[in-house]
Amino acid sequence: MTLAPVIHILPLATVVRERNLPVPGQVVVHLDQKVSPTDVVAETKFSQQHDLVDVARQLDMASDEADVLIRCREGDAVSDGQVIARGSGLIPRLVKVPRAGKVLKIANGSVLIEINSPLFKVLAGLPGTITRVVSDLGVVITAYGSLIQGVWGNNRVDMGLLLPSPQMNSSGDILEAKHLDMSLRGAILLAGYINDVRSLQAAVDLPLRGLILGSLSSDLLSLALQAPFPIVLTEGFGHHPMNPVAYKLISTNVNRNISLNGSPFNRFNGTRPEVFIPLPVSQPPPQGNDSDELSGGKQVRIRRNPNMFEVGILTSLLPGLTQFPSGLRLPAAEVQLESGQKVKIPLANLEILG
Amino acid sequence: MHSSLVDADTILALEVGTCNTRALLFDVVEGSYRLVATGKAPSTASAPVKDVVIGLVQAIKDLQTITGRSLLDAESAMIIPSRDGAGVDSVVAAISAGPALKTVVVGMLGQVSLESAIRLARTNLNRVVKTISLNDGQSTSEQVDALIRLEPDLVIMAGGTDGGASLPLLKMAETIALACQLTSAEKRPAVLFSGNSSAAEELAASLKPLTSGFVASLNIRPSIDRENLQPASRDLADLTINSRRSRLKGVDDLYTLTSGNLVTASYAQANMIRFLGKSCAGNRGILGVDVGASAISITAACKDDSCASVFPQFGLGESLNGFLKQASLEELLRWIPDEIPMSYLRDYVYHKATFPESLPATQEDQNIELAITRILLELSMCEFGKGMPAGLQRLCGGSNSHYEPILVSGSVICDAPTVGQGLLTVLDGIQPAGVTTIIFDRDHLLPGLGAAVTSHPVLPVQIIDSGVFSGAASVVVPVSLARPGTVILEGSLVTDDGTESKFEVTQGSLEILPVPNGQLGRLKLHPLHKTDVGFGTGHPGEMQVGGTRLGVVIDARGRPVQLPREDGRRRETLKKWLWTLGG
Repeated sequence: MTLAPVIHILPLATVVRERNLPVPGQVVVHLDQKVSPTDVVAETKFSQQHDLVDVARQLDMASDEADVLIRCREGDAVSDGQVIARGSGLIPRLVKVPRAGKVLKIANGSVLIEINSPLFKVLAGLPGTITRVVSDLGVVITAYGSLIQGVWGNNRVDMGLLLPSPQMNSSGDILEAKHLDMSLRGAILLAGYINDVRSLQAAVDLPLRGLILGSLSSDLLSLALQAPFPIVLTEGFGHHPMNPVAYKLISTNVNRNISLNGSPFNRFNGTRPEVFIPLPVSQPPPQGNDSDELSGGKQVRIRRNPNMFEVGILTSLLPGLTQFPSGLRLPAAEVQLESGQKVKIPLANLEILG
Repeated sequence: MHSSLVDADTILALEVGTCNTRALLFDVVEGSYRLVATGKAPSTASAPVKDVVIGLVQAIKDLQTITGRSLLDAESAMIIPSRDGAGVDSVVAAISAGPALKTVVVGMLGQVSLESAIRLARTNLNRVVKTISLNDGQSTSEQVDALIRLEPDLVIMAGGTDGGASLPLLKMAETIALACQLTSAEKRPAVLFSGNSSAAEELAASLKPLTSGFVASLNIRPSIDRENLQPASRDLADLTINSRRSRLKGVDDLYTLTSGNLVTASYAQANMIRFLGKSCAGNRGILGVDVGASAISITAACKDDSCASVFPQFGLGESLNGFLKQASLEELLRWIPDEIPMSYLRDYVYHKATFPESLPATQEDQNIELAITRILLELSMCEFGKGMPAGLQRLCGGSNSHYEPILVSGSVICDAPTVGQGLLTVLDGIQPAGVTTIIFDRDHLLPGLGAAVTSHPVLPVQIIDSGVFSGAASVVVPVSLARPGTVILEGSLVTDDGTESKFEVTQGSLEILPVPNGQLGRLKLHPLHKTDVGFGTGHPGEMQVGGTRLGVVIDARGRPVQLPREDGRRRETLKKWLWTLGG
């Protein structure tokens, strides 16, 4: 038995996702509430900045003497420049708060202040219904619709109207700056490939609300990471057309509101960038499995050259080891591509679509 | 009849790597342990499976298929002890799967204890994300905020000589304690203290209640001029295992299955190199290099001295995302014998980082993979040299390049399509000097043997004696300043059957002297033009060679290896070198 990862490209599925805070806080939604991708579901104070004010040192006295002079108490809110201790003498020294915040602790002649910082918020990430609330920690969201998982995302989330790139005739077409006009502003754009800075910059300047690409030239990575909207790549880096299964599913849903979650692929917790298209259902459809056994009849995608990102049907697992042009002898399978051609592919280079 | 030294009949050694999980079966044959077979399966520690046990069961089933011996019962449970020719008597395991532990290193003085603590962190799969010392100019608030923001898994704390002042350590502990108080309980780091032993009790009292674990180890700097990392390194490996048990599904089950004989693969590997280094002759240390998806691990050992480092930033997997910050595409292209556009190379690096378990199927991709490996080896050897204690450098002939032998593991090299490809990658990446033997750990035995060494000390000795390691070549590297084309070395090779072949080596060349399989030979070397072949400048020498797959390889390409600047000539040269070593 050889297990392989499953990349979900599902026309209709139940999608269940957990959204949790990194530290305990407050869940701000309730059970059965409908949420959109950019809705906050939980938030917490997660200050990473503190000031330790050494009163004893500033007043040049022993810590127990300084403790007596400290005027604030633990839990007090303090403002920028507020005096928290005063020395004695003709011109008494003043100890002031360097930045506004909350007094966390007073001990040994020192005051620890937590600096005010914006709340840390967890977004829903997809449009759905809250089906479970874990007190102080997070929620589980359930949604129904089409799911297309990608391989790379820039860690942003949004929802908007899906439009195809103008003059897009195939899943591998290049998106050029001249294709991007004001009619696309605020849309999530489906395109094949971007290979120059000008085009990506034009998308940023417009701005789009999201971008779904088959592939991206890797020298645009830093700009893609800074883009203010989510970008999801379905295939990877280089010039590769979007696989036909994903392209067909996404392109048949243009003019719908879709959500784009650019969470980067994390191999330890399994999160992936996702395109989600909410659809009405009469019965909850099944959930997809995250891994499956490689066996005859499975639809697979090839993730290394040759035939990189082509989709086909695994026709048989080959016995023993197969020698490849690289010289390596590896466990392999025979795959029939959409063109009808049969190719031998190392098992390590296959992932299941489903 | 079994030797009285042999304490268990059948031993299973398991290794859970980032990409592959291996199962090695050792049994007693005529009173000595022998390797019976190895099973392999893809690792399942990460998504989508997220349970190491699934991969382990597959690897053991593969082993069952190969050996015909039942190891698992109908419920896939291990049969222990063995009965009626089924099962095993003992199980040991090593693990390298899982992310590197985010580590903050705290030392009293930047130049002394902090540097030692960083070297300690590098003995295991740790990623040092921050250093803190008394003289680093940071305020307490900045240090506390960094500890909160970085959410380290581990804090390594060192400083002070045994019996010395403990007040500065207690002050640093206050900072750590403060940060822990401000962090939620489930995010608090474990603390390994390996400083002034007289402060350990007080530190334990203040830090134990506030951290996810506190371990006081022996002082890594018991005196200002002495560094002793090994006991703390063992404790660090244990802390890493504890972290894996709580964070990776199935590791706790593996711990139970092995009755606690579970160690980190890097520690196990280093343990074996230390073990082999104890019998080093003369002033040549042994070098062990493991090229993995999660890290490159390097250990040098000579007699009782050793140095081990793990470099997660140089792994062949996800860390390739940072590869182009360490090396340029031009440097990468230098080692590739094909005409490949830079854009393809750059895309390849990021693609490999995205799919680390994928394998090259085309010749072009194979050449890129080996070129990346060369650069990662070069970078890690350079870092390793910087952290090598002066004492060990002296023992290893005063440099980071004179080792005998060099033991290499990692699929990318040991499972390369030809021995020549693997060997050339090692020669270009490590660039050894003098006379050495390159050995490939083709069955990836070192982690398994290292895991077994504590509970079954006889096993590694007998397995190594059985000749399981595959000698790739005896290598002679004459180092000379002569102009290319100048004859820098003359010599002769006399094989067992009395055949004598004489040779001349010119500066810039790569030559091979085959030694027929099963034969040994006597190699005599006479360096010319102030050339050093490892016996001192201009000094002749002779040695026994043989028992390797390629024979004697004489690498006179210079150090560092010189490549033609012109692209066409460079590609031809790379192809010629590979062709010389058998393609």
